[in-house]
Amino acid sequence: MSSEKSKQSVQTTGHSWDGDLQEFNNPLPTWWLWGFYATVVFALIYWVLYPAWPIGTSFTKGIGNQIEYTTKEGKVVKTHWNTRAVYEKQMEVAREEQAVYLAKLKDASFQDILNDPQKRGFALSFAKVLFADNCAACHQAGGAGIVGKYPNLADDSWLWGGSFQQIETTIREGRHGNMPSFAGRLTPAQFDDVSEYVLSLSGQSIDAAKAMRGNKLFHGEAGCFACHTAAGTGNVLMGSANLTDHIWTIAQIHPGMTHDQKQQAIINVVTHGVSRTMPTWKHRLSDMQIKMLAFYVHELGGGK
Amino acid sequence: MASEEALYQKRIPIFPRSVKGRYRSLKYLILFTAYSVYFLLPWIPWSRPDGPSQTILFDLVDRRFYLFNLTVYAQDIFWLAGFLIVAAFLLFFVTGIAGRVFCGYFCFQTLWTDVYQLIERLVQGERNARMKLAAAPWGANKFIRMGLTWLLWLLVAFWTGFSFTLYWSHAPELLQQFFTGHAPFPAYATTLFLTATTFVMAGLAREQVCTYMCPYARFQSAMFDQDTLIVAYDEQRGERGCGRAKPKKGLLQQQERIDTDTGDCIDCGYCVQVCPVGIDIRNGMQYQCISCALCIDACNTIMSSIKYPTGLIRYTSENALQGGRTNWLKFKNIGYAVAILVVIGLLVWSISHRTVLEMTVRQVRQPLYVMLSDGSIQNRYTIKVNNKQSKAVTYTLTVRELPGAHWEVRPSDKISLGPSESASYEVRVWLKPGPEFEDDKDFEFVLQQEGTTKPLLSKEVDFYIPHSMR
Repeated sequence: MSSEKSKQSVQTTGHSWDGDLQEFNNPLPTWWLWGFYATVVFALIYWVLYPAWPIGTSFTKGIGNQIEYTTKEGKVVKTHWNTRAVYEKQMEVAREEQAVYLAKLKDASFQDILNDPQKRGFALSFAKVLFADNCAACHQAGGAGIVGKYPNLADDSWLWGGSFQQIETTIREGRHGNMPSFAGRLTPAQFDDVSEYVLSLSGQSIDAAKAMRGNKLFHGEAGCFACHTAAGTGNVLMGSANLTDHIWTIAQIHPGMTHDQKQQAIINVVTHGVSRTMPTWKHRLSDMQIKMLAFYVHELGGGK
Repeated sequence: MASEEALYQKRIPIFPRSVKGRYRSLKYLILFTAYSVYFLLPWIPWSRPDGPSQTILFDLVDRRFYLFNLTVYAQDIFWLAGFLIVAAFLLFFVTGIAGRVFCGYFCFQTLWTDVYQLIERLVQGERNARMKLAAAPWGANKFIRMGLTWLLWLLVAFWTGFSFTLYWSHAPELLQQFFTGHAPFPAYATTLFLTATTFVMAGLAREQVCTYMCPYARFQSAMFDQDTLIVAYDEQRGERGCGRAKPKKGLLQQQERIDTDTGDCIDCGYCVQVCPVGIDIRNGMQYQCISCALCIDACNTIMSSIKYPTGLIRYTSENALQGGRTNWLKFKNIGYAVAILVVIGLLVWSISHRTVLEMTVRQVRQPLYVMLSDGSIQNRYTIKVNNKQSKAVTYTLTVRELPGAHWEVRPSDKISLGPSESASYEVRVWLKPGPEFEDDKDFEFVLQQEGTTKPLLSKEVDFYIPHSMR
């Protein structure tokens, strides 16, 4: 085959210059050429069917490619084919599919959703996205929060109450947590005493005398009991923290710390006070979304 | 365009002549059986509690394959590997013993080409008529006959493509959706694609598929040896000393041919005319030959009609042709047979011992642990239970080998699942940390039959305790 080939003269275009100067002819492979023609035909058809050519400030819209969709606001839009409209159409279909479940959940009580695996599953996956979009920026993924800044939603301690209703109210109306600064109002020794007493509430005191003096301040001169209650268990009506449990939401206390470090962390909080705001969401989320989020947050920490 | 030297040989159209005989009948029987199975299977109802009523249904959306009473889940897909291994070894085994049996009798290219040729013959007539029609200028007659042929081909191609699609959806529903324009896009795309390929492969490309495209055709030849059964022309008898000769006075009886040392082949050319791949079997074994055995039928028909013994072209091995004996009991064949039996055994064992209940446990990692108000540590786990049985079941989920732990299963530790249903559960486990926990604690989630303590299924997992609390 190859020897046969070499005997063949090479194909030329047939042109010649200066008597003997010739041009080789290397035509494109047939399949390639036809492939090229096919793309040309494709382009011509595409130009007719889809938006293609700019004309001044407008463009050709293509024929026979009307898309009709309803926006989230209920507006019916009719337009030529474009990726935005395709997206809107897909969202409309998805909303319709969601609507079936949302209708079921609308009048369902929280207890109802909790007990029905189907409803529970939908509520959790529906709210997971909402949580990631709206809540996770502060409360972190999974609701772990940041000690000193944003409360942990995955534990069993609830500053403003952990029932479904309370969580829903918190999301809907927002919260403002305030603890006054005691800087200048207590002497360094008094700070020391109070912090020792606060540690004693969760069984971490090492100096009973100091704690006793702190106890007097807590329930007397300093007035801590007014918010944190006489027992130190906090009050969900004003969002005051429970000081008797093992959870620290403001003071940066970790289990590995020394006693002095823990005390210092508490003194920091008492000195500077606390001012935290959870924004209201009723203007940004629908009732349904808030309900689903309340369920989701309740399930993060198990609620109360 | 390069016109002096074409890289590819131009196809010479083949107009196979029809033939009757033992092998032709056998091939029609196989064709009929294969078509009955392929075209009817999706229409036969097969009631099952956990899926649509259809004998064979590959449900891609729910990732379940229904094969009669067996439900195959996506995670069982390795059975497909076993099935393919059996198919491959079976091909090697059969090819080693009897040559290209698959090509000649079972390959869909052969089956569909056969049907297309039947249509061709029905509309355009026998070989001579078809050749004349192909050579004739385009006129009303040619237009009608060719058009009708192509139309019938197209119908067969369409029903082939559509039948394939039926295996992937509930057939009666799809039928209705398909012809009212409501079927899903993949159904139309698949049908269109298979219609096109069937039409092109069986109608237009035909033997070129076997000769140029098919890898099996080529590698099957590599499995041949001296003892493999092949369709062969008995050259010693057909040619003798003086070669083949047309029957004429003095060469009519076989004895006259033997006496004059002339071959038994009367050079009628029937074997060439019936060949669907357009070769002359008398030139010896050729790679194009798909072992369809139609030339055997053709030659036997002629030999019988002139009262010569049949078998001038026959199934035989090279060893037998040279006067030896065909030896099938050799290491290669026995090896393949053993391999087939082993893989079939493994497959059957795997299918009969398939798990009907699955549980996966995933620890929630955001956050990995939570400190609770009483000082204990909470870990959360997402548990998915998959009931692969065709009946409803109820189990209880408990925690084992984690002393001092409390736990809660949400929504309930009573796991109730319908046939082929799966559900997710969330388990919170609480443990008070202490110095005795030097390491992560391993423990087990156990699924029990309701009302018993016999564990059906258990999964070992970690309980995470932060280092600062150990």
